[in-house]
Amino acid sequence: MYESLLTYPSGLFGDFERLRRDMDSSFGGLGLPTSIRAVARGAYPAINIGGTPKAIEVFAFAPGLDRDKLEVSVDKGLLTIAGERAAQRVDEGGKREAQEHRYANERFSGRFKRVVSLPEDADPTKVEARYADGVVRITVQRRADTLPQRIQIQ
Amino acid sequence: MNELQNTPRREAELATLQPLVDVIEDASGLTLLVDMPGVAKDAIELKLEGNTLSISGDMAASPVDGMQAIYAEVPMGRYRRAFTLSRELDATRVEASGKDGVLRLRIPKTQQAQPRRIEVRNA
Repeated sequence: MYESLLTYPSGLFGDFERLRRDMDSSFGGLGLPTSIRAVARGAYPAINIGGTPKAIEVFAFAPGLDRDKLEVSVDKGLLTIAGERAAQRVDEGGKREAQEHRYANERFSGRFKRVVSLPEDADPTKVEARYADGVVRITVQRRADTLPQRIQIQ
Repeated sequence: MNELQNTPRREAELATLQPLVDVIEDASGLTLLVDMPGVAKDAIELKLEGNTLSISGDMAASPVDGMQAIYAEVPMGRYRRAFTLSRELDATRVEASGKDGVLRLRIPKTQQAQPRRIEVRNA
C-alpha cells in the first residue's frame, strides 16, 4: 500500500529474504517478536500502518472474507480486527469432496484476530472501516485538540 | 549484469511477492485459489505461454496522499507466480474470476484425461 516505506531489496537479497522467511515458517518460533503484540511473519491478516497529520490508516491484507464475519472494534486504545475465513471447497454440495485432492494449501483458513495499539492522539469515536479488493482499510482520526494549531498574536 | 543496470530503477524497487495458493484437484479439473490482496480485479494479468501459466498483479497505489509508514509487514509491490501445466490439462479453457482479492482459476482436464465409466455388457 505504500511505496517508499522500507526498501525490500529484490534480486539476490530478495532471495535471501525469502529463504529466511521459509526457514522461519518451517522452524517457527525462533524469530523473536519485536513488540508485545507482534506476531510471526506470515500471520493472517498482514497489517500495514501509516499516518497522516490528521489520521492513522491501518491496512489489513485479508483477502476472501465475508463482510459479515469481519469485526473491527476499538477498546481502550486497542484496535482489534477479528473474523473468520472459511475453507473453500470446489463444490459446496460436498458430493465431490471425497474425490478432491489438495496439492497446495497455503492459504489461511479459520478464525483470526489481530490487535494494534493506537497512538494516544487517536480518536476512538471517529473510526471508519472499508473493505475493497481484499484489503480492510481502517481510518482512525486523530483528536482535534492534538492537531497542531496556529495561535493568533494579539 | 548489463541487463540489470538497464532495468529502470522504479521497476527494481518494486518488491515481488509470491501469492499464496491452494491447488485442488477433482475428477474434472484443477481449481486454483490465489490470494492477491490489494490488487483490483482488472489489474490481474494471466498469461499462458506454452505450458506455463503465469499470474501477476500490481497492488494499487496508496490511496492516501502524504502518508508516512509507521509499520509494514507487506511491501508495496507486485504479485507474481507461475505454474507449469501438465498435458492432461486443457489450457485453452481456463476460466478466471476474482473477488475480494482472491483469484479463482478453473483449469479443466481434457476429455481424454477425464475418468470414464465403461459399461460392462453381457457377452
